[in-house]
Amino acid sequence: MSRNPYVRPVSTTTWYMRHGRYKVYVLRELTSFLVMFYSFLTLVGLSALAASAERWDAFLASQQGTGMMVFHAVALFYFLFFQTFPWFKLAPKAMPVQVGEKKVPDNTIIIGHYVAWAVLSLFIFWLAGVL
Amino acid sequence: MAIAKKAVVWGLFAAGGTLTSFIYPALIALFLLIATGNVPAGLQFEQFHTFAVSWLGKACLFIVLFLSLWHAAHRLRVVAHDFGIRKDKLVANTLYTVAAIGTVLAAFYLFSIS
Repeated sequence: MSRNPYVRPVSTTTWYMRHGRYKVYVLRELTSFLVMFYSFLTLVGLSALAASAERWDAFLASQQGTGMMVFHAVALFYFLFFQTFPWFKLAPKAMPVQVGEKKVPDNTIIIGHYVAWAVLSLFIFWLAGVL
Repeated sequence: MAIAKKAVVWGLFAAGGTLTSFIYPALIALFLLIATGNVPAGLQFEQFHTFAVSWLGKACLFIVLFLSLWHAAHRLRVVAHDFGIRKDKLVANTLYTVAAIGTVLAAFYLFSIS
């Protein structure tokens, strides 16, 4: 081995721009900002709920508006396509299921995730009184 | 020792990722509904308070917030590295502290809903 092996210079800040697959990876990882944001937004709501009915109503009022609508709508699509769906797609690789001698087909696991997601989402909407 | 610790970190991270994938789209959709001014019945004070007062409601909200915060902190740590920030100790301490503060606040707010 050479004493001074050649190290290809790679930018530490823009490396993901070199390849489409890297770009998708970075876009996917950026959803963690959304998780942080919505977790703390929910916390702000809980603090209002714990305080009083007036504070809760004020919190709801503060969340209304066109700007928030656009933000949430974009966030929803971004989150679905870069977190939820990729997570389901990766599930059979992360958690392969074996029944007896046979491996459960990848598609069965993926479809199972979508069904569970639909049921859980409908349950949450039912709980929130949307349905 | 290092391996034993990693299993816990990884387990919570994976659980948080699964939970956010399943639940956050619905959560964001609810915020979207609120933004349009159509606050659903279940999110009016009386009803949502009744939910959050029950121990089952408290437990659900706490578990979702705790695991999601932990998951996000762990992933943002890697994001920081990806964007060229090479002070992992500082980044990790900051992010895990933020997640811990969020978790404690969640417990505190939920506990004080009565």
